[in-house]
Amino acid sequence: MAIEVRDVTKSFGGTPVLRDVSVDIGSGSLTALLGPSGGGKSTLLRIIAGLEQPDTGTVVISGVDATRLSPQRRNVGFVFQHYAAFKHLTVRRNVAFGLEVRKRPKAQVRRRVAELLELVHLEQLADRYPAQLSGGQRQRMALARALAVEPEVLLLDEPFGALDAQVRKELRTWLRRLHDEVHVTTVFVTHDQEEAMDVADEIVVLADGVVEQVGSPHEMYDNPANPFVMSFLGPVTRLDGRLVRPHDIEVCAAEQPGSSAATVTRVVRLGFEVRVETRVAGQDVWAQLTRGSADHLRLDPGDTVYLRPVSNARTLAGSG
Amino acid sequence: MVTRYSLRVLALGYLLFLLVLPVGLIAWRTFARGLAPVLTALTSPSAVHAFEVTLSVASWAVVANTIFGIGAAILLVRHRFPGKRILGALIDLPLAVSPVVVGLALILVYGRFAPAGGWLERHGLQVIFSLPGMVLATVFVSLPLVVRAIVPVLEELGEEQEQAAHTLGATGWQTFRRITIPGIRWALAYGVVLCLARALGEYGAVAVVSGRLVGQTQTLTLFVEERFQNFDQPAAFAAATALALMAVVTLLLTKFLRPKD
Amino acid sequence: MATIEARAAPISAPPAAPARAPRPRRRPPHLGTGLGLGLAVTYLSLIVLLPLAAVVWRGTRGGDFWRAVSTPDSWAALKLTVGGSLLVAAINIVMGTVIAWVLVRDRFPGKAVVDVLIDLPFALPTIVAGLVLLALYGTASPLHLNLAYTQAGVIVALLFVTLPFVVRTVQPVLLELDRDMEEAAHSLGAGGWLTFRRIILPNLLPAMLSGGGLAFTRAIAEYGSTVLISGNIKFRTEVAAVNIFGRIENDEITSAAAVSTALLVVAFVVLAGLDLVRRWGARRGD
Repeated sequence: MAIEVRDVTKSFGGTPVLRDVSVDIGSGSLTALLGPSGGGKSTLLRIIAGLEQPDTGTVVISGVDATRLSPQRRNVGFVFQHYAAFKHLTVRRNVAFGLEVRKRPKAQVRRRVAELLELVHLEQLADRYPAQLSGGQRQRMALARALAVEPEVLLLDEPFGALDAQVRKELRTWLRRLHDEVHVTTVFVTHDQEEAMDVADEIVVLADGVVEQVGSPHEMYDNPANPFVMSFLGPVTRLDGRLVRPHDIEVCAAEQPGSSAATVTRVVRLGFEVRVETRVAGQDVWAQLTRGSADHLRLDPGDTVYLRPVSNARTLAGSG
Repeated sequence: MVTRYSLRVLALGYLLFLLVLPVGLIAWRTFARGLAPVLTALTSPSAVHAFEVTLSVASWAVVANTIFGIGAAILLVRHRFPGKRILGALIDLPLAVSPVVVGLALILVYGRFAPAGGWLERHGLQVIFSLPGMVLATVFVSLPLVVRAIVPVLEELGEEQEQAAHTLGATGWQTFRRITIPGIRWALAYGVVLCLARALGEYGAVAVVSGRLVGQTQTLTLFVEERFQNFDQPAAFAAATALALMAVVTLLLTKFLRPKD
Repeated sequence: MATIEARAAPISAPPAAPARAPRPRRRPPHLGTGLGLGLAVTYLSLIVLLPLAAVVWRGTRGGDFWRAVSTPDSWAALKLTVGGSLLVAAINIVMGTVIAWVLVRDRFPGKAVVDVLIDLPFALPTIVAGLVLLALYGTASPLHLNLAYTQAGVIVALLFVTLPFVVRTVQPVLLELDRDMEEAAHSLGAGGWLTFRRIILPNLLPAMLSGGGLAFTRAIAEYGSTVLISGNIKFRTEVAAVNIFGRIENDEITSAAAVSTALLVVAFVVLAGLDLVRRWGARRGD
C-alpha cells in the first residue's frame, strides 16, 4: 500500500468533518476521492499531505508513519485547485523550486526541469511568469512542479475545478495518459462523478465525513452499496418504491408481468437519447430510451405505456 | 511559536515606545491637575482667537478643495483628453513638497514684492501674512485628498447608471445631483474628513506665510509652538491635547467612512 | 503636515478604461471636458504649479544654485536630511513589515485598536507630534532618555510621522497573499524560514520598497515634528526644511529657493523610482 489512512477523525470548531475514516490506496493507482462539497474529501487529502493534522488516527505513507511529519518531510506532491503558482518566479523557477530547496546540483536541476517542461508541454513558455499563462497552462506548471521532486504520492485538490469545461476535458485525458507514463501513486479530489469515472481506476466516495464505498468505477456504478452512492454516480428514478437507473427501465406498449401502467407526460429528444417522462400512480417516473426504440413505440403525451425494470437491472430499496 | 511571540512583542513594543507612551504622557500631563486649568488655558483670548483663525482657514480650504476635488475626479474618470496621466500626477504633486517649500513658493508669487502679489495688494488684497495666504497654503497641502478619495469609487461605480439616467431623460445636472453624488457620498465624506484633518493640523506652510502674528494670524498649531517656546507649558499641552483629540475623532470618522474594499 | 497619504491608490496612473465596460476608443473631445480641464488647470496653476515654478526659477537662476546649496550649513542640513531619511526608510521597511505581519497573521486581544492606532501619526498635527515626543524623550524624560537636541531625536521624530507608510502598503498585500503558495512550498520541502525568504518576502518586496520610498519622501520634507525636539542646531540637528525656514526668516530668499529646489529634485527622483517599482510589481502580478 502506498497510503494507509487509519481511523482518522477531524473537526473544525466543533463541526466534525471526518469521522473514523480508513482508506487504503494501492501503489501506482490513480484514485479519485469523490463526494459532494463539504463531504470532507479535501480535508482528507490535506491530512495525507500534512497540511492539516488529524484529531485522531494515523497516516502511513510507503510504510512510514507520517502522522506527525511536517509537509516538507513527507515527500508528497500537492497540486492546488487555484494552482498556488509562485507569482514572482518564472515557470522554470517554479518547477525548479523543490529541487533547489533540496540543494540538488545545478546541472541535475536543469536537466530534470527540462524533462518535466517537456512532459507538460510548457518548454516554449519556460521563461514566462505565471500571470502570463492561461489557467490550463498554470495547472500543468503546478503539476510539473509537484512531480519534479519525484514524490512518493501525487495529491491533486480539485485540479480542474477552476477551468472551463473544454480545457477540463482535455486535461482529464491528459492526466490519465500522464499517469500511465509516470506511474506515480495519484489521488485526486473531485465532486464530478463523470470526471472520477473517466480518469480514476479506483473511486472512494466520501459524504458527511464517512466513506460510503470504495471500488472501481464500473463496479461502483453497477453495484452501488446504498441509495446515496447510486444516485451520486448517475441518474436514478423511482419505480414501485425501488431506485432504478432510467436506462434500466423497459417501456412496453402492452402490459407485461411485473409492469406498471404509466401515462406519458412529455417526450424530450436529446439527440441519440430520448427522455420519456411519465406518471405512475401519482409519482413521476422517467425512462431513458435510444432514439430507435422510442421511434418504434411512437410515444406521445397522454399515451398509456407499461414500465418495468429490465431483467438484470440493479435496483435498491429506495429511502427518502 | 517562539517566532510568533517575539514578533508580537517586537511590534507592540515599538508601537508602545514610539506612539502610545508619548501620546498618553501628553494627555496625562495635561489633565494631571484636573480639568479646570485646561479650560482656563483654552479659553484665554489668544487661544480662542487661534481657534477661530484655524476654523476659518480650514473651512475655506475644505470648501475650495471639495469643489475642485469633485470636478477633478469626474474629469479624470469620466472624460478622455490628452495629458490625463500628467494631470493626475500634478494633482499628487503637493504630497511630495515640504510644507516650508510650499510657504516659500507662495511668498515668491503672492508676496508684496512679487508681481502678482504686488498687483493684488494695490487692489486691496493682502495675501501673504494674512488670511488669504494661509488659506492658499492650506489648500496647497490638502489638495489631493478629496480627489484621491473619490477617484477609485467613481471608477468602481461605472458609467452605466449615469447613462441609464440620461436615457430616462435626466439632464447632466440632474444626473450629477441624483445619481453621481449619491453614489460617491461616502467616499466624498471620507475625503472631506481627511482634508479637514489636514487643514486643522497644518503647521509648516502656515508658519511661513502667516508671519506668525500673535492675536492676528496665529492658528492653533502655531499657538502650541509659540506657547511652548515661551515656557507656558500648560497652555501648549492643553492646545496640543485638543488637537490630538480632534485627530482621534478624525481617525474614528475615517474608519467608519473609509470605502470598504 | 500630517495626513493620510498612503491610503488610497495613487491616481497618477488611472486605468486606461474600466475593465468591465469597454468604451469606444475615441470620443470627440467634449465641450464640458475642455471647460473643466481649463478650470482644473487654472486652479492647479495658481496654487501649485506657478509657485513651485517660481521656487525652481528663483533657486537656479544666475548660477547661484550650487553656491547656495554648498554653503556649509545648508550642505550639512541636506546631508542630515537625506542620510537620516534613508535610515528612517530602512527602519520603517523592517519594522513596518513586522507590524503588518503581526496585524495580519497574529491574533491577540486588542488587535483592532492597534490597527486603528497605526494611522494616528497621519492624523496628528506634526507640531503636536513633536511636542508629544519631547515630553517622553526630552530633558524631563520619565524614562531618563534625553534625546532633545540630538540627531537621534530627529530620527525618532521622523520615525513617528512616517510610521504608517510601510505598514499600510504591506498589510493589504499580505492579506491578499495566496496562502496556497506557502503550503505548496511546504509540500515541496521548504521549511518556515526558507518559505518566508523565497516565497513571501519576494512577493512583499514591491510593497515594502514602495512604502519605504513614500516614508523617505515624507521624511525629507518633514518640518513640524522636528522643530521642537531637534533644537535646530546648525551642523548638528538642523534638517533641510528647518534650514530653509531659517533662510526665509533672514530674508535670504534666493538661497532658500536653491535649497528647496535641491529638496524637490530628490523627492522627484525618488517618486520616479517608486513608479518604476510599482510597474515592476504590476508586471508580475495578475
